[in-house]
Amino acid sequence: MPERETMTDRLQPPAGDSPIDPPRVGGETLHERRADGPLVHGDSGQDIVEPGAPIDPQVRPVIGSAQALAIDLSETPPISGAGPATSSGTGRVRIGDRVFGLMTSGASLFVILVVLLVGVFLVVKSVPSIADDKLNFLTATEFDPGNLRFGIAALLWVTVVISIIAMIVAVPIAIGIALFITQYAPKRLARPVAYVVDLLAAIPSIIYGIWGYTELAPKLEPVQRLLSHLPGPLFALKFPTGTIFDGALVLAVMVLPIVTAISRDVFERTPRANIEAALALGATRWEMIRMAVLPYGRAGVVSGAMLGLGRALGETIAVYFVLSTVGGFDTSIFRGGSTFASAIALGSAEFNNPKATGAYIAAGLVLFLLTFVVNAAARAVVNRRKDFV
Amino acid sequence: MSTMTTAAPTFAKARGSRKLKNNLATVLVSLAFALALIPLVWLLWTVISKGAKVIFHGDWWTTDQSGIANDVAGGGVFHAIVGTAEQVAICTIISVPVAVLVGVYLVEYGRGPLARITTFMVDIMTGIPSIVAALFIYALFVTTLGGNRAGWLVSLALVILMIPVIVRTTEEMLRLVPNELREASYALGVPKWKTIVRVVIPTAMSGLITGVVLGIARVAGETAPLLILVGYARNTSWNPFGSGYQGALPTMIKDQFQNINTKASGSVGYHLNDKGERVAGAAANYATDRMWGAALTLIIIVMTLNLIARLVGRRNKITS
Repeated sequence: MPERETMTDRLQPPAGDSPIDPPRVGGETLHERRADGPLVHGDSGQDIVEPGAPIDPQVRPVIGSAQALAIDLSETPPISGAGPATSSGTGRVRIGDRVFGLMTSGASLFVILVVLLVGVFLVVKSVPSIADDKLNFLTATEFDPGNLRFGIAALLWVTVVISIIAMIVAVPIAIGIALFITQYAPKRLARPVAYVVDLLAAIPSIIYGIWGYTELAPKLEPVQRLLSHLPGPLFALKFPTGTIFDGALVLAVMVLPIVTAISRDVFERTPRANIEAALALGATRWEMIRMAVLPYGRAGVVSGAMLGLGRALGETIAVYFVLSTVGGFDTSIFRGGSTFASAIALGSAEFNNPKATGAYIAAGLVLFLLTFVVNAAARAVVNRRKDFV
Repeated sequence: MSTMTTAAPTFAKARGSRKLKNNLATVLVSLAFALALIPLVWLLWTVISKGAKVIFHGDWWTTDQSGIANDVAGGGVFHAIVGTAEQVAICTIISVPVAVLVGVYLVEYGRGPLARITTFMVDIMTGIPSIVAALFIYALFVTTLGGNRAGWLVSLALVILMIPVIVRTTEEMLRLVPNELREASYALGVPKWKTIVRVVIPTAMSGLITGVVLGIARVAGETAPLLILVGYARNTSWNPFGSGYQGALPTMIKDQFQNINTKASGSVGYHLNDKGERVAGAAANYATDRMWGAALTLIIIVMTLNLIARLVGRRNKITS
């Protein structure tokens, strides 16, 4: 179709995700447009797109405007995405464009400022309290901000352990569900199943909290007694109610939809050719999944798991309800404790004392750094993948 | 050549360990799905079966909890719905313009370092735990500026949680708008800003609305900011900028939860009646009913919002 290749071809964005998709040719649409009618889009089998409001008749091309000159004289199309305001250096920049551009970049600056302020305020407000801390902030296991005796070691331990157990439980199940939806379930079943899993994500965390405390945790007690026969200091049975284990299972249910959604997304994008090649070589469905789907989706699953971990680390209210608060430090997962978030929530009544508040803010700062590192790692995995695929 | 004619191609079925593994995988994968259904069904059943008895009461939706003791049935969620609605509304009014503008910036203008930094910061914002957002607002407005706890501070904390959700969906939706539309508009001499406002955004509108509604659904159930930034009031408080106490659905659930645990211990052998006389047996406690009722109310609101988002999203004319 070389005769169709008009200059507008160069404007086209790269063709669709899959190499199998034919490149879209935008040339034919241009001829169907009328300058004075509403925009009609008749290209490449896509749905008709109709802007909500018809184009204002007042804004027809103005003779002498920079845009008209740029097109008529040079016949070079503007770079896609760059509007009339920026496509030529010759014309004046319209005032509306200047204002709107400033508004959008102003909003971006606002977001940047807010995130920086979060970091700055957490640091500034926590430093005096850390300086007055009577214990070592990093290694002490006591957390008693009211008396300025606080350290984060026990909180860090509980936060990390509870989140990791949640991930150990949730990730394999999430991968299973994602495979079920994308590879096993018939199309008619897959959509409702995906919807059901998304429902889990929509339930507010406080409801997981009361459900975990009143319904799930009592049922888990015999399970914990059974598991406590395992060797090692992790499994020593201390207080069988409101344990780290209970909290971890509630968190597992909460992060399940996050990990599932992202895994499903990458599994769905496995190139059709890879799947068919594996099947054509006589692979069973499971062998096909192991050879084509899982290698393709690995990075996506890892980043989904990291995002879920970030969510689990920062989860407040569900953990607050389920965990019984036990001071001190112990390696057992069959006892209560406090995570950063639940300790802060628990201490919210103590916030009238600025020094104590500073201690809680310091805990918040550590939590912020922790989730930041985990999320940054997830992004790094995603971005590295972009470079290769 | 002869090899091609000797045997017609036959596809041998997978046998032995291969077949076993395949079947095992099928079973495990299906099991994983069934396993995920258990908590969902269990949770929904618990909330519905325990909450339904109070929410169909006529005055559940129109009265508040003022003056209602644990051993008295009745009372409603009106105060909590007012608080949640006001806080979420203020949050939405602030978040939507900012987030949509940021999305527009990233898609239509974003080049160079500012766009890269913005994307990075939105990523960080996505990961900020709600309790950290609340601590920040507390550190800024209460410790530094000396303000009081109030409902609108909750809204500000929710803004931090809502903006990244809307930025992400806006970005995604605007990228789906075909470039031909923009080019056609530019070709007519329409300025860039007007192209965005009159062509690009209307085209992506249903997607944007979906994003906003999902954002609202996410923040409506947030509890952590409420714990830190506003006290719970059992009476209806219309002013989110005032006294420091305002009811909200999540804190109502928490309040009733604490009433169960502090007042309803089974070991109590007697309780005091209205006249202050000892009466045998523990007092009846209706906090449990009210807790599940409030939970069901919250689920109904959040699920309705999700349903709206889905229905609006289905009307979306651009397909990826």
